[in-house]
Amino acid sequence: MIDLSLLTDGGVGWLDASGPSSHLVLSTRIRLARNLADHVFQSRNSETEREGILNTVEQAARESVLLRRATRYRLDRLDRIDRQLLHERHLVSKELAGLEPDGRVRSGASLLIQDRIGVMLNEEDHLRIQGLHSGFALAQTYAEVDRLDAELGQRLAFAFHPEFGYLTSCPTNVGTGLRASVLIHLPGLVLTKEISKVLQGLAQVGLTHRGLYGEGSEVVGNFFQLSNQTTLGSSEQELLDHLGKMVRQVMDYEEQARQVLVRDAPTVIEDKVWRAYGLLRYARSLSFEEAMNLLSGVRLGVGVGLIPDVAMYTMNKLLVYTQPAHLAVAEGISPEDADLPLRRARFVRKVLESEVGRRG
Amino acid sequence: MSCDQCHEREAVIHLTQIVNEQVTTLHLCEKCAAEKGVESPGSAVKTPLGSFLAAMGKGAEQLQAPRSTETCPRCGATFQDFRESGRLGCSDCYHAFEAPLRDLLRRLHGSTHHLGERYAEREPSAASNGQQAAEIREQLRLAVETENFELAAELRDRLRVLE
Repeated sequence: MIDLSLLTDGGVGWLDASGPSSHLVLSTRIRLARNLADHVFQSRNSETEREGILNTVEQAARESVLLRRATRYRLDRLDRIDRQLLHERHLVSKELAGLEPDGRVRSGASLLIQDRIGVMLNEEDHLRIQGLHSGFALAQTYAEVDRLDAELGQRLAFAFHPEFGYLTSCPTNVGTGLRASVLIHLPGLVLTKEISKVLQGLAQVGLTHRGLYGEGSEVVGNFFQLSNQTTLGSSEQELLDHLGKMVRQVMDYEEQARQVLVRDAPTVIEDKVWRAYGLLRYARSLSFEEAMNLLSGVRLGVGVGLIPDVAMYTMNKLLVYTQPAHLAVAEGISPEDADLPLRRARFVRKVLESEVGRRG
Repeated sequence: MSCDQCHEREAVIHLTQIVNEQVTTLHLCEKCAAEKGVESPGSAVKTPLGSFLAAMGKGAEQLQAPRSTETCPRCGATFQDFRESGRLGCSDCYHAFEAPLRDLLRRLHGSTHHLGERYAEREPSAASNGQQAAEIREQLRLAVETENFELAAELRDRLRVLE
C-alpha cells in the first residue's frame, strides 16, 4: 500500500474549498507537455530509454528548488488499487495509471510531486509538468507551473522548434504544450436545460469540456472540466485569459440559472435538494454514480442557501472519499466487493451525521 | 496488371518497400492491400485525429502525404504510422513530415506559429542579437518561400526591432 501521508496535504489540498469561487469551481489544473530533445517519443522508445528519461529528470528535480523534496511514485511498480487511488486524487492521468480499458502501465511511468506541483514522467510525453489548485485560480497555478518549467528547462534539453514551439508526441499539444482545465459544478444550467447551448458556445470559441476525471471521462454529478482546445498560435497568457474570461461567463450563467430556479420553481428546487440530502443521509446502499448525483443536488442546495449547514469542504471530501478505490482502502475491502455500495452509504451517513452533530 | 497476391483482381496499389537495402515493389489489389494492412488513399480514416479532420470537411487522405516509403531518418517512423496511431515518433518527425504536418497544425490550431514562451531565451546563455537575427532571417526566407505572408510581416517587424 502506498503512503499518501508522505504528501504534505495528502495530495488532496485542491479540495479544501479554500480557493476563489470554490462554491462553483472545485479545482484548477494546468499542465505543460515537454519532451527531451535527445530521446525519441514514447511511441518508439524502449524500456531502457524510459529508465534513462526517468533518471535524467529526477537528477534535474533534485537540483531544483521546487521539486527538491519531491515524493516519487513509480506507477509501474504499484498495485492497481494504488494507481487508482492516485488517479482518483487527480494526481495522475488515467493513461499514466494504466487504467484505460485496454491499458497497461508503461514501464517507467512515474510521478514526482511536491506540494501543489509535480511532473508526470513517461506519460504520452516525456514530461507533463502540472499544477493543481483549489478553486478558480488560473494565474496562481500558471505562475507555479511556469516557474517549475523554467527551473527544469535550465537543466534539461527540451525539444523545441523555432516555428512550432515545444514539440509533442501528438500535434494537438504542440506549441505551448499548455492545457488548463477548470473543474466546475453546473447543476443550474443542467436543470434549466441550458447546458448544451453553453457547451456548444464554448466549443465555438475553442474550448472543450470533459468529465470529472478529464480526458475520456463521462460527466457525472454535473461536474465539467472546461479547458482550452488549441495550444499553438496564442501565447500562454492569451490562452489563460481567454479560458478565464469564458469560465467567468459560464459562472455568471450558472448563477443566473440558479436564480431563475429559485424564483420560478422554488418548491420544485427545494424538494429536489432536500430529497437528495434525505437520501444521502438515510440510504443504505449507494452506487458511486448515485452518490455523485445526490451530492450534486446537496451542493446546489448549499450554494443557493437552502441547506444552511453543510460545508463545501464536507461536500468535496465526500466527493473524493466515496470513489471506489478510496472507499475500498478505507474499508479494507476490494473495490470489486459487492458490499461497496453498502459501505459507501454508511460512510456518507457517518460524515453527514457528524456534520449535523457539530451544528449542535 | 494483376495483383501479386491473389493474381485475380487488378492491382491498384503499388507499394515500394526497402528491406535490408533491397528495393522490392509489390502490386496489390485493394482487398489484398487491406489484408496486409496497407491503407489505400480512399480507405476509411481510422484515427481520432482522422475523424476530426473528416469532420472538418476534409479527410486526412487529402493531406499531401509523403510517399508511404518515406521515413523519419532518426526514428524510422512513417507518415502512415502517424496516421494510424495519431502519435509522432520523435521530434525530428516534425522536420521529416513538415509539409503535411504544417497543413494539419493549421487546421487543428488555426496557426502554425508558436507565439508563447521561447525555450532558447530561458537558457542561461541566451543567443546573441546577431544569432537571433540570423535565425529570424532564415525563418523569413522560409515564410516567403511558402507564401506565408502574415508570418513574414511579423518576422520582418521582429527583425527591425533586433537590428
